[in-house]
Amino acid sequence: MTADILIQVLVSGLLIGLIYALVAVGLTLIFGVMDIVNFAHGEFLMLGMYASFWAFALFAIDPIVALPLTALLLFAVGVIVYQTVIRRILKAPMLSQIFATFGLMILLRGLAQFFWKPDHRLIPHSLVSGNIALGPVQFGLPQFVAALGAVGVTGALWMFLHRTRLGTALEATAIDREAATLMGIDGQKMFALAWGIGAACAGLAGGLIATFFPIFPEVGSNFILIAFVVVVLGGFGSVTGAFLAGIIVGLIEVLGGFLVGPEYKTAIVLSLLLVVLLVRPRGLLGKA
Amino acid sequence: MRFAAAITEPTRTPTRRQTIKRMLAAAALLTTTALTGIGIGAAPAHAEDEIRIGVIYPLTGAAASTGVELKAAAELAAAIVNKEIPAPPGLVAGIGLPNLKGAKIKLIFGDHQGNPQVGATEAERLITSEKVVALTGAYFSNVTATASQVAERYGVPFLNGESSSASLTQRKFKWFFRTTPHDDLFVGNFFTFLGDMEKKTGDKLRTVALFNENTLWGNETTKLQVKLAEEQKFTIAEKILYPAKTTQMTSEVQRIKAAAPAVIMQSSYLGDAILSMKTYKELGFSPKMLLANDAGFNDSEFLKTMGKDGEFVISREVWALDQAERNPLIKQVNDLMQKRSGVNFNGNSARAFTGIAVLADALDRAGSTRPDAIREALQKTDIPASGLIMPWKGVKFDANGQNELGTGIIVQVQGGQYVTVWPFDVATKPVVYPMPAWDGR
Repeated sequence: MTADILIQVLVSGLLIGLIYALVAVGLTLIFGVMDIVNFAHGEFLMLGMYASFWAFALFAIDPIVALPLTALLLFAVGVIVYQTVIRRILKAPMLSQIFATFGLMILLRGLAQFFWKPDHRLIPHSLVSGNIALGPVQFGLPQFVAALGAVGVTGALWMFLHRTRLGTALEATAIDREAATLMGIDGQKMFALAWGIGAACAGLAGGLIATFFPIFPEVGSNFILIAFVVVVLGGFGSVTGAFLAGIIVGLIEVLGGFLVGPEYKTAIVLSLLLVVLLVRPRGLLGKA
Repeated sequence: MRFAAAITEPTRTPTRRQTIKRMLAAAALLTTTALTGIGIGAAPAHAEDEIRIGVIYPLTGAAASTGVELKAAAELAAAIVNKEIPAPPGLVAGIGLPNLKGAKIKLIFGDHQGNPQVGATEAERLITSEKVVALTGAYFSNVTATASQVAERYGVPFLNGESSSASLTQRKFKWFFRTTPHDDLFVGNFFTFLGDMEKKTGDKLRTVALFNENTLWGNETTKLQVKLAEEQKFTIAEKILYPAKTTQMTSEVQRIKAAAPAVIMQSSYLGDAILSMKTYKELGFSPKMLLANDAGFNDSEFLKTMGKDGEFVISREVWALDQAERNPLIKQVNDLMQKRSGVNFNGNSARAFTGIAVLADALDRAGSTRPDAIREALQKTDIPASGLIMPWKGVKFDANGQNELGTGIIVQVQGGQYVTVWPFDVATKPVVYPMPAWDGR
C-alpha cells in the first residue's frame, strides 16, 4: 500500500466525516437544550433531501441554490413538530418521549413512501459535479462542496450560539432551564428554536448530500445510527464535540474499512461507541 | 341415518327384522359406493372439455405489480392454447390440445401475497376444492418451495417457470419441474463469458474482485464464485462483503482499486448499486469490466437515475426484448401481449408465459388429465429452441425436474438500453470492451 492511497483514504474519510458532523450537530443541539433524544432526526435529513429533489424536479432549482429554502422549510417542520408533538410530552416519562419521536420517525417514513413512492431517486445534473484531482488524490466536487457546506453551517451555528443574544439565551436554557427562566428567557420559545435549528441542520445536510446520494424514504436510517455514535463520542449536547467526533468517526470508518475490511466497518464504528460508553461515558466534550 | 343406526346397534343375536334392516343398509352402502365410483369415473370425461390449472402468484401485497404482469402473461398463453388468439407458427402449444379432443384449459388463480404460508394454503385449496390437474407459479422462490411441497404431498404436477433459487430442484421431488435456469447457472455463466471474452480479445481477464452485499444472497453468491474461480483457474484479487445499508462506499472501492482487478463481479441492490457507481466515478476508477449480478443493476430505476453514468455496465439477464430482432417469434408474441395488456414482455412475464406453454404441451402429449400421465409427459418433454420465446436451447427436464437446456444471457447497457451481448450466437450487439474510463466518455 502506498502513501498516495492512504492520503486518498484519509481525504475520503474527512469528507464523509464532516457530513456526519452536520447531521449530528442538530441531534446534539436538541438533546442539549431539552434532554430529548430525537429518533426522527434521520427523517428530517430525508425531508431535506426530498425538498431538494422536488425543487430540482419541479422548478429546476439546483440543490445548492435551494439550500436556504431547504433550511427554512425544515426549520418550519422542526417548529411544527415541536408545537404539535414534543410540547405535549415535555414532562412525560422518558419512555413516552422515546416512543413519541420513534412514532414520528415511522410516520414521516410512511408518509414519504405514500406520497413519493419507495423509488430511489437521484438529482442527475447538479451545478456541482465532476472530480477534482490534486496530484494523486482524487475526490468528487459534490462531496467536497457538501463537506465545505458542513463546515460553514456548523461554524455559523457555533457563532450563533456563542456570539448572539438569542444564541446565548439558547445556551443558557441548555445549561440550566430554571435559572434561564428566572432571567426572563422564554423556555417554550427556546425549545421551539432548538427544534427548528436542529431540523434545519439535518435538512441542510440532506440538501448537501442530495447532489450525490440516492434519495429514498428510508435514507435516514442509513445515517441516524452513525449520528448517534457521533453524538455519544462528542458528548451529549456539545456542538463542538459533535463536530470533532463526526470527523473522527468518518476517518475511523473509512480507514478501518480500508485496512481491516469493509465488512467490518460498521462493527468498528459501533465498537467505538461501546468503548466510549465504557471508558468515557460523557464523551469528548460533554458535560460531566 | 338408517345405516348409521344399524352399525351403532350393540351386537347381539339378530332378529329377523334386524337382519332385513342390515341387508338393506349394506345394499344402500354398495349403491353409494358404486355411484361414487361412477362419479370418479365421470370426472375426467367432464374435465376433457375444461382442464383446470392452478396458478399461484402474488396478486396483492408488495409484489402485486409483478404478479399482475405474470397473470396477464399466463392468460395470454392460455388464450393461445385455447385458440382464442391465432398462434404464431412454430410456437410451442400453439396447436392447442388435439389429443384431448380440443379441450380448453382454464386457469384458476390463487394469491399468495408474497407469503409462503399463504402459498401453501392456496395450493391446498386449488388441489382439493378447485380440483386442478396441475399447478404453476409462484415467482418467489420461498413460496414456490412451500406450495410445491403441498403438490408433492397430493401427487399433483407442479411446473415452476420463474423461481431461480438453486435449492428448489435439489430436493429430489417427484412432482416438481422447473423451466427457468437457476442462480448457480447464472453465476457459472459469468466465468464461461469471461473465458469466451479472453478468446475473443486475447486479453487476460483472470484477476477478479468479488464485490457482494452481505445478506444471504450475496453470501451464497460469493461462496459459489469462490468455488468456480478455483475450479476454472481465476485469481480472486479482492473479496468484499459489504453492508447494503451504508452511507459511504469509499473504503470498499479504494480496496478494489488498490487490488487492481481486471473484472469486478458485483451483487448489489438498487441503493448500493447507485452509490457504488457514484463512488467509482468519484474516485476515477474504471475496471476493464463490471459484471453485475442482476438485481439493483437491472432495476427499471437504475438507468432512470444513473442516466449516462450507467452506460457499459454488463449484467446477467433471463430475457431481453432486443432478442426479438433475432427470433421473430418473440416479436410476434410480444405484439400479442402489447395488444392484449398494453405492456411489453420482461424476463418474468416471458418465463411465466413459457411455463404455461410447456405445461399445455405436456397435457396434450399426455392425452389425459391423470396426474401420473401428465408427469410422465413432462418427463418426456423435448421442446426445441425454435418453439420458445426464451433465449434457451430448448426445454428438457433432468431427473430432478430441472430444465437442462435453459441458459441465461448477458446484457450490456449501450445507448440507454440493455442489449444482449452474450452468448455470442444470440447477441444483438458486440460487447463494448474495455469499459471506457470515466474521463474518456
